[in-house]
Amino acid sequence: MFTTASTTADKLFQMFAAILLFAAVVGVILFIASRVAGKRDSFVAYLYLAPVVLMLSVGLLYPGLRTIYESFFNAAGDAFIGIDNYKLILTDSEQLVVLRNTAFWVLFTPFLATGVGLLYAILVDKARIESVAKALVFLPMSISFVAASVIWKFMYEYRPDQGNVKQIGLVNQVIVWLGGKPVQLLIDSPLNTFLLILVMIWIQAGFAMTLLSAAIKAIPDDIVEAARLDGVTPWGMFRFVTLPAIRPAVIVVLTTIAIGTLKVFDIVQTMTGGRFDTSVIANEFYSQSFRSANQGLGAALAVVLFILVIPIIVYNIRQLRRSEA
Amino acid sequence: MSTVTPVTTTPPLTPEKVSAASTAKKKLTSPWASLAALIIAVLWTLPTFGLLVSSFRPERAIKTTGWWTFFSDPKVTFENYQAVFDPDNINLADFFLNSIVITLPAVIIPLCLASLAAYAFAWMNFKGKNFLFIAIFALQIVPLQVTLIPLLSLYVDMGIANTFWTLWLSHSAFALPLAIYILHNFIKEVPSSLIEAARMDGAGHVAIFFRVLLPLLTPALAAFGIFQFLWVWNDLLVSLTFAGSPEISPITVQLSNLSGTRGTAWHLLSAGAFVSIIVPVTVFLLLQRYFVRGLLAGSVKG
Repeated sequence: MFTTASTTADKLFQMFAAILLFAAVVGVILFIASRVAGKRDSFVAYLYLAPVVLMLSVGLLYPGLRTIYESFFNAAGDAFIGIDNYKLILTDSEQLVVLRNTAFWVLFTPFLATGVGLLYAILVDKARIESVAKALVFLPMSISFVAASVIWKFMYEYRPDQGNVKQIGLVNQVIVWLGGKPVQLLIDSPLNTFLLILVMIWIQAGFAMTLLSAAIKAIPDDIVEAARLDGVTPWGMFRFVTLPAIRPAVIVVLTTIAIGTLKVFDIVQTMTGGRFDTSVIANEFYSQSFRSANQGLGAALAVVLFILVIPIIVYNIRQLRRSEA
Repeated sequence: MSTVTPVTTTPPLTPEKVSAASTAKKKLTSPWASLAALIIAVLWTLPTFGLLVSSFRPERAIKTTGWWTFFSDPKVTFENYQAVFDPDNINLADFFLNSIVITLPAVIIPLCLASLAAYAFAWMNFKGKNFLFIAIFALQIVPLQVTLIPLLSLYVDMGIANTFWTLWLSHSAFALPLAIYILHNFIKEVPSSLIEAARMDGAGHVAIFFRVLLPLLTPALAAFGIFQFLWVWNDLLVSLTFAGSPEISPITVQLSNLSGTRGTAWHLLSAGAFVSIIVPVTVFLLLQRYFVRGLLAGSVKG
């Protein structure tokens, strides 16, 4: 039951066994809880929480602390080297490219995805085919980053500019139609990083649109009506009514996309594998840990990722508190 | 996320009402607004459409001409799909099965455990309740990357490396903070009079949980369940870390490998991509409302 399953029957058996095992755990807990007389609330509560606390301690808390500890060790993880890994991240020329790319991702993706999402939400608001129109933009959100990357890699496909060779990627074909020469889109840096960012925007715009559309629909009608009676121009309506009303939602969307972007791994991994100067922190973590077997540096990169997430979340919570106050 | 507002994507019943957005839109006078919306919609659909068309074109045609020539010279074949399912080649059926085997327990396990915990947090009094709740809530922000390597060595020590258990346990643990948070918010909304009434009738915690709360919890369970389903199905990082061997790796890993090793085999990549997205797209189309709700509630995960 705890071995590598190789046949279909094995796999399905293991799957049902796993589900039944955890169902049994829940069953035993409920059974004990029902035996204990109703007066001992706290005992039952601890019982209910026991599996969760165990899994979180072993699955998140311990590994997190362990990674922080390991980030002060060398590649093999057997010699303490202080903050050298962090120094390397901040000084090594390759690592600086990684930091630069991560900055590009986090600066551009949230604002552009939110901008497109907001524009589209406003444009299709109350349109006859609103739900269909929204589904089109939202669909990329439901597929894997890997599939999205394959879709866009095909868009960016390059064929050399010679004789009878025709472009098969739409982007290069459009360049040719406009009279230009085909470009090796995923190889030229830093252009390639921006083309990868475009994939993330393509995925996240639907998320922004959905949240912002919901926020727009929640604006009370009497406010809108009052502004209209005052003769507010459409632009004024957007600037002084819509935007202030949806500000909390905009901040949630921006910060959520920023956090997701910071951790982006699948797109870079699938489209370029981090080559041609496209690596970002989350991808570099994977390369260093598993390809270059540099455990210490990998751990330090993961910790840097963690540290970068924190201010975004703090900002988010502060803004939400302010808007609730 | 701290805004767990239920949201539908269906338009409201009274479409003639004026909203702030529709007034703002008039600035762009209708034809221009429609054109802008159309351009965005086309830009967002065309890349997927191009690959979909390609997946039905013969290998030679894909490699020598653009997919847009399909409309002047239509040739349709199912060979690409046959090729990705060929057991001696890409063998996608096995990876598809792996994805299912990985995903179902990774959804059901955290849902069961989180329901118990959420109930304890919402309706029981015990020492350290607030501290524990905040601690679990805070764990949501831990990036997965921070946990992967120590977990990997832990699994090796436990003797379960390279089994489905690594994925089930990891995905379940990563899901718990968010699941507890969403379910707790939902359980809190249940009027306490309902619980009190059940208590008066002599129902214990077990009976209250099953007879009173579970039926009310269904929408929240569905919302989180679908969200987690798509998250696990679409995951690459966790699978790549723990499920390196083809016996247990999911379809995303195989597709990513294919993109890396045979990056120009577009007849295989296009068909493979569509086999991998058929499940999430179906789930999305059928359960859009719940999916959106789960998304709104759980967007900071990962």
